[in-house]
Amino acid sequence: MLEQLAQFYAVYGSVINFIGINALMALSLNVTLAAGMLSLSNAAFAGLGGYAAGILTLHFKMPYVVSLCGGALTAGLVGLVLGLPVLRLRGVFLAMATLAFGEVVRIAAVNLDITGGAEGLTGIPNVTKTWMIYLALAGAAYFMAVLRRSRLGWALVSMREDETAAACLGIHITYYKVVAFTIGAMLAGLAGGMYAHLNYLITPRDFGFFIAVDLLIYNIVGGTRIWYGPILGAALITALPEILRGVGVTAGPIRMAVNGLILLLVILFLPNGLASIFTRFRPAAAKAEAA
Amino acid sequence: MNLLAQQLVNGLFIGSVYGLFAVGYTLVFGVLDILNLAHAAVFTLGGLIALWLVQAGGLSIWLAFPLATLFAGLLGLLLNQVAFVPLRKRADSQFSGLISSIAMAIIFEAVALGLFGARSVRFPQGTVSVHIWHIAGVTITSLQVGIVLVATLLMLVLTFFIQRTRTGKAIRTVAENERAAMLLGVNVNGIIAFTFFISSALGGAAGILYGLYFDSLAPDMGRSIELKGLAVIILGGMGSIPGAILGGLAFGLSEVLTVAISGTSNLRDAVAFTVLFAILLIRPSGLLGRGKTREA
Amino acid sequence: MNDLRVNNISRRFGGLQALLGVSFEVTRGTIHGLIGPNGAGKTTLINILSGVLSPTSGEVFYRDQALHRLPAHRVAAVGVARTFQNIRLFPTMTCLENVLAGHHLTARRPLLPRLLRLPSAGREDRQLAAESRGTLARVGLDAKAAHLARNLSYGERRRLEIARALSFSPSLLLLDEPVAGMRRAEAAEVANLARSLAGEGMTILLIEHNMAFVMNLCSRITVLNFGRVITTGSPEDVRGHREVVEAYLGSGDYHA
Repeated sequence: MLEQLAQFYAVYGSVINFIGINALMALSLNVTLAAGMLSLSNAAFAGLGGYAAGILTLHFKMPYVVSLCGGALTAGLVGLVLGLPVLRLRGVFLAMATLAFGEVVRIAAVNLDITGGAEGLTGIPNVTKTWMIYLALAGAAYFMAVLRRSRLGWALVSMREDETAAACLGIHITYYKVVAFTIGAMLAGLAGGMYAHLNYLITPRDFGFFIAVDLLIYNIVGGTRIWYGPILGAALITALPEILRGVGVTAGPIRMAVNGLILLLVILFLPNGLASIFTRFRPAAAKAEAA
Repeated sequence: MNLLAQQLVNGLFIGSVYGLFAVGYTLVFGVLDILNLAHAAVFTLGGLIALWLVQAGGLSIWLAFPLATLFAGLLGLLLNQVAFVPLRKRADSQFSGLISSIAMAIIFEAVALGLFGARSVRFPQGTVSVHIWHIAGVTITSLQVGIVLVATLLMLVLTFFIQRTRTGKAIRTVAENERAAMLLGVNVNGIIAFTFFISSALGGAAGILYGLYFDSLAPDMGRSIELKGLAVIILGGMGSIPGAILGGLAFGLSEVLTVAISGTSNLRDAVAFTVLFAILLIRPSGLLGRGKTREA
Repeated sequence: MNDLRVNNISRRFGGLQALLGVSFEVTRGTIHGLIGPNGAGKTTLINILSGVLSPTSGEVFYRDQALHRLPAHRVAAVGVARTFQNIRLFPTMTCLENVLAGHHLTARRPLLPRLLRLPSAGREDRQLAAESRGTLARVGLDAKAAHLARNLSYGERRRLEIARALSFSPSLLLLDEPVAGMRRAEAAEVANLARSLAGEGMTILLIEHNMAFVMNLCSRITVLNFGRVITTGSPEDVRGHREVVEAYLGSGDYHA
């Protein structure tokens, strides 16, 4: 039995790692989505965190945990500075601004020496182990679950439902948006830092526009209203190529089409994501008590 | 000085293609308040279908172009029917529409990948006969002129259509206030479908022109223009057709000039996105746009 | 004691003068009506009072605190709550959750005890839930606590909005058409609620088109037309006031 597990891990270890990292990043986006903000910059924050952590390890010889913290803080700081002007924007405009920001970061990474240019930062010691990723994930998930019941969590959800009404209940909209945005940025930065120490390198391609869209897809497919939704979505979409390979589908276009189809079916028929399948079975009264 | 003039001319050419692409984007946004992120995928398929018609079907480009454009328009109808119509009654239809357009974009790109393979292809030699002119020290090819003329013609026809015809008026009414339009007896659903048809047709046309201009087509060619198209419509003002046209030209010019001034193409996109970012912060409604951009 | 003082409030929207020189005062613990034909500027005024909109000129004082330059969340913090003409509930939350959400200003709900699963967190949650149920009972919605807000009937939704507004124990309540679309019995319940709240010391300013409701409930009424105050007075004064009658019906007979 143990041998089978070890074999399984040998083959699928990297997928398991990626599921963990992607789930962490998906959670980071969830904080802002929960407040009703469509932010597409979390991939860039992961990149910032990854590069910062990598540079701390490579150039400043910092221990792993310090590098991770440095990465998360860097991302958080940038998020704070970016959030203040940008979070006044509505809907699509916020999405565009965060997108533009992400692109500028990516292009900067491609062109700067300290980030290693287009080849990225290489030679980062692969210190990250699977259990570390999942420990961080468990911590983040627990944090997210508890957040919903806190003053911050209630404020975010109220804002998402109706901003004007929320403001008239005393909720400082911009403040909470910035807080949510910064927490998301830090979480993404942490994920990026772990990622950088996973495979020896981090490149600009690892956090471009399409990664940002992927994060959105994980959240939509899994469901944004409960803490395990993004994790579910990330797990499914990340594991999908392997699952498809298992049933004999290896062609790139078909895998892509399946991705798109899942997203389409979810948004059309299961708008609260796959997680809503599970939450549907909780009796309404119990939900009210738990609130 | 000649170099500058040459850059301006180049910028104008690529700018007209950007403008054509952006017009489709902004048309749908103006009418439905939805960002159709599948527009770039239709752009790609339009170009690839035209190529297929020329290469495999042996048609002349003069026939392939309108046919492929028509096909792109039909894709737009499909897009509307599958991805947007089911979501119209929802409270968050703006957001869910965005998501379903992403889904359709992925599906369309997968189709393109499956049918045409991943390598980039090009229109066969002799698809268009190219003459080269030297005017006032500037080099212009007949292909470039043709592209500008076609793009400009399409944009002018669209503008005329929107401003002067009854259907165009109906489109503007729906864009202004859907409920009022319905009460006035406008067939809102039909107008929306028609808008998608036109928007996607123009997007497909832009794809064909783009493929001709750069002499290269690939299933992922929509990716680079997708972001640029968004930048253009923000710049020009979302929902404004003249804005999209002007924005496209401005964008094309700035791109070309950035490369010329910095000597490298690396910073080209960075400048564009920084400008976009600045505009969103300072004047989110863009140069000519309308519509709310801040929260109530 | 005049808690709410509206002083020469004006508001322009581009070329449209929505309000001009609006002034009146509201005494603590009374129910003050705000009436006028459609488009008179009543909701605009409420938006200004609640901080959703800023006035072009003029001042608003609540208990000597200047409100006119405060954003909505700061106005709420001063003790002002409101409902909305177009009903802005939290649609995907239950009734109970809507009221719980309204406790933002009065519930601390700290993160750390919750992360550490301390008993104080559970205690606070239970207490808030009990309080919220009480508020729901006050508007007659305790049976529907677990129902989703968007599934309520129109009248129930208006009542839920009032409950949510009450959740942070405001001292001034601004109600924008609280009984619109309600049957007489339901509206009477709301009137009783308003009376009992006023009896407890709450100041209430309400907009309504239902004349009988307003005349019966309010001790003073301000009438707006075309953004200007026609008069402020008791229901009897207002009822017979020539300009008020003309504003609603043109010249001619008017029977209350």
